[in-house]
Amino acid sequence: MQGGVVIRVGSGGGSESGSMSTVSREDNMVVSSEDSSYPDESELELGLGLSLGGGFKIQQVSRGGQYARILTAKDFPSVVSADASSSPSPSSSSSSSSSSLSRANVTAGTKRSADSVAAANGSSQVVGWPPIRAYRMNSMVNQAKAVATEGFKSTMENHKNETSMLEKRTIGSYQNSGNSKLRKSLFVKVNMDGIPIGRKVDLNAHESYEKLAKTLEDMFLKNTTSVNPVGSRVREHEVARPSKLLDGSSDFVLTYEDKEGDWMLVGDVPWEMFVSSVKRLRIMRTSEATGLAPRLQERNQRQRSKPI
Amino acid sequence: MESSEVNMSRDSSQLDESARGSSSPDVALERVLSLLKSHRDRSSVSLVCKDWYNAERWSRTHVFIGNCYSVSPEIVARRFPKIRSVTLKGKPRFSDFNLVPQNWGADIHPWLVVFAAKYPFLEELRLKRMTISDESLEFLAVSFPNFKALSLLSCDGFSTDGLAIIATHCKNLTELDIQENGIDDKGGSWLSCFPESFTSLEALNFANLTSDINFDALERLVGRCKSMRVLKVNRSISLEQLQRLLVNALQLAELGTGSFSQELTFRQYEELESTLSSSKNIHTLSGLWEAKGLHLPALYPVCTHLTFLNLSYAPLQSGELAELLAHCPQLRRLWVLDTVEDEGLEAVGSSCPLLEELRVFPADPFDEDIIHGVTEAGFVAVSYGCPRLHSVLYFCRQMTNAAVATIVQNCPDFTHFRLCIMDPGQPDYLTNEPMDEAFGAVVKTCTKLQRLSVSGLLTDLTFEYIGRYAKNLETLSVAFAGSSDWGMQCVLTGCPKLRKLEIRDCPFGNAALLSGLDKYESMRSLWMSACNVTMDGCRQLAREMPRLNVEVMKEDGMMVFKQIKYMFIVLLQAQGGMRHHLCLLSEMLAVKSYAGDDIPFCRHRVGLMFIQQSNSVKA
Repeated sequence: MQGGVVIRVGSGGGSESGSMSTVSREDNMVVSSEDSSYPDESELELGLGLSLGGGFKIQQVSRGGQYARILTAKDFPSVVSADASSSPSPSSSSSSSSSSLSRANVTAGTKRSADSVAAANGSSQVVGWPPIRAYRMNSMVNQAKAVATEGFKSTMENHKNETSMLEKRTIGSYQNSGNSKLRKSLFVKVNMDGIPIGRKVDLNAHESYEKLAKTLEDMFLKNTTSVNPVGSRVREHEVARPSKLLDGSSDFVLTYEDKEGDWMLVGDVPWEMFVSSVKRLRIMRTSEATGLAPRLQERNQRQRSKPI
Repeated sequence: MESSEVNMSRDSSQLDESARGSSSPDVALERVLSLLKSHRDRSSVSLVCKDWYNAERWSRTHVFIGNCYSVSPEIVARRFPKIRSVTLKGKPRFSDFNLVPQNWGADIHPWLVVFAAKYPFLEELRLKRMTISDESLEFLAVSFPNFKALSLLSCDGFSTDGLAIIATHCKNLTELDIQENGIDDKGGSWLSCFPESFTSLEALNFANLTSDINFDALERLVGRCKSMRVLKVNRSISLEQLQRLLVNALQLAELGTGSFSQELTFRQYEELESTLSSSKNIHTLSGLWEAKGLHLPALYPVCTHLTFLNLSYAPLQSGELAELLAHCPQLRRLWVLDTVEDEGLEAVGSSCPLLEELRVFPADPFDEDIIHGVTEAGFVAVSYGCPRLHSVLYFCRQMTNAAVATIVQNCPDFTHFRLCIMDPGQPDYLTNEPMDEAFGAVVKTCTKLQRLSVSGLLTDLTFEYIGRYAKNLETLSVAFAGSSDWGMQCVLTGCPKLRKLEIRDCPFGNAALLSGLDKYESMRSLWMSACNVTMDGCRQLAREMPRLNVEVMKEDGMMVFKQIKYMFIVLLQAQGGMRHHLCLLSEMLAVKSYAGDDIPFCRHRVGLMFIQQSNSVKA
């Protein structure tokens, strides 16, 4: 985490601080309030140390610009080194503070690598969740790579003793040949730009793009103002409403990352092919889908002529 | 570890009270009090009267400070002149999950400087979530000639160079315990720094370091340290090497193996098995990286007397675990990965009737494609077989209210119940209802509950239950839960023993924050991040509670894929104040001596930026 000063404020009720965006809880999601303005910010030069002076520099966060940028591990080292200059140690010890700073930055890399690894794996979008120590996280990532290559061998090894185990594992990750008939459920992660918490959707519970899009619209685009404690995650769809996500009429477009790591627009290939190659989904702002734009127009033309 | 001797000779100029009177009652009292180990008992004792306060402070040899910013080292040294062993905790727990900015603080160095002057005979230092530099380690090594035990857990700021210095200079070292730290591992040569004449080591744990060490040096070290009872090596140590170490250390009580996956010849395997058979004292086993089913039977002789088995780095399958556990009837504590699945946990239930603690960690927390791991069924199975279960940490992807109700019915003695349903805000997967009733059952049934971590889809009802029933609750962790301020208010007004409250990503706002004014003084810390609290709320809190250390961490959140901004509020318990800081800050800082949890407090933390800010606003 960098130095730099940004407040995320909720609606609370406090209005004297100027315009604050509303934080509404939609089902289980928390919407972050990037679009609000923070009049407090420029006045708050928070000094960390009475004797040390200095403090965090306030960095204005660019509004709305960065959401769709796909961060890679390359982004993180620059974050870490930026740390060094902007955040003086708040402790009052003088002799060790500079050296502890340099040490801390090295360890910053170590600790943050959990995040960057997570990013590289395209996994959890939520910082520090699930709550597993960074050390353990790094350890498991390193092991997983080793285990994956061993996976097939150990499958065979244990076959002698545990035939039932083998059965289970055929359905498991090592036999992931994309044959959806073997799988009971195929959950993929879905993230929407501007929403910090992702959801999961079972692709095998939907037989077509339209059904999938409707589920996603219900999950992400419906407006609910209160938490419905008895709400179900997959609600009944309205009848025969063409999907906004698929036909390009909304501000968002549905994309997916395939197993080769490429980001594609959803809807181009036959459903079965899509299911076998999809790794995860992303509801991207249309404005961000620049690399896919030309295809979007082609798609729209095709879509209109496709029977629903 | 704690010395129970009472040192009779003392410098009378250190006496700042006139309560010395006749020496005999003090002597007798001190002798009695010196037998008290628990710091809470000692706190209670110190509150009885001035005589007892003094007798207690003179007889205390170990001090535990749960929050390094709650007191200054000078005050500690002034009150307790005879300390030989210090335990310090620093950063908020959420720093383990990268929620605390870098360089936040919790630097040990100022403490070491004071200790070097006041406690030159310091023997033990145990740190958790503190920052310690190599320079500090060097300072430690040269300042304390009697230094014996160093334990670093979840700390950062140092490298293996610092360990080398410790190994070189600490002639009386008995314990070196380096666990799960943000250490800069530059290589394994530090281990070779122990002099050949050095024989005092009793506990060595470098399991979490990654670099190769010089095996010959280690072998010689283990060979000559005849009192060694704890040895936890790192992954670089092979099975064959392990056998060679063990052969000379049959007295070991705690063993952490290295990598458990080497290809062994038949003879090597036999040797290993034979050596392990002779290791009759091992009651704690860990390590076992990349453990292969093939080699696990070698452990069976050790398993018979095993009480703690840590398999949290060994991705075993259910069958492998079942076979292993069949040989572990004495097991009290078990840590596993969720690769063992529900079947593995059934084996736990059937093989380990004495089990008291279970932790199930996710092997692949970010598993996207296929859902594996454990479900509610596994937990339920354990609860049927292990009625003495009282401490659980369970990571899963699905849970039901009914299952949790069954679990606590089977195991009503829970003191630590930490359930992590890994998808934030997930409901009961069968009924689609919130998980309120699950945690309601936990707090209603488990009256001894001290620590609770909740997860899943939760409304305010969960917190109503907690406030109403969890009368012994001391630590509560909440994430992605609750509906309104009311939830947090219930907890703050309802749980009399609450000491630590950590909240992230919940819709609790200023009203909730301010409802705890009566509570915060008796707590160690409150953490709130990504909630609905505003700066104004913080200001008001600081105004209403001048003795409280209120800290706001602002951050430019550059997170994975999203721009997420967090506001952290960490409330650190603080009473009293350092006089010279008072002059700089405002009259809001009142000084009051207060014998609360451990010792009189003072506001040492320099990060009073927030209070400073409100000066200008105050007018």
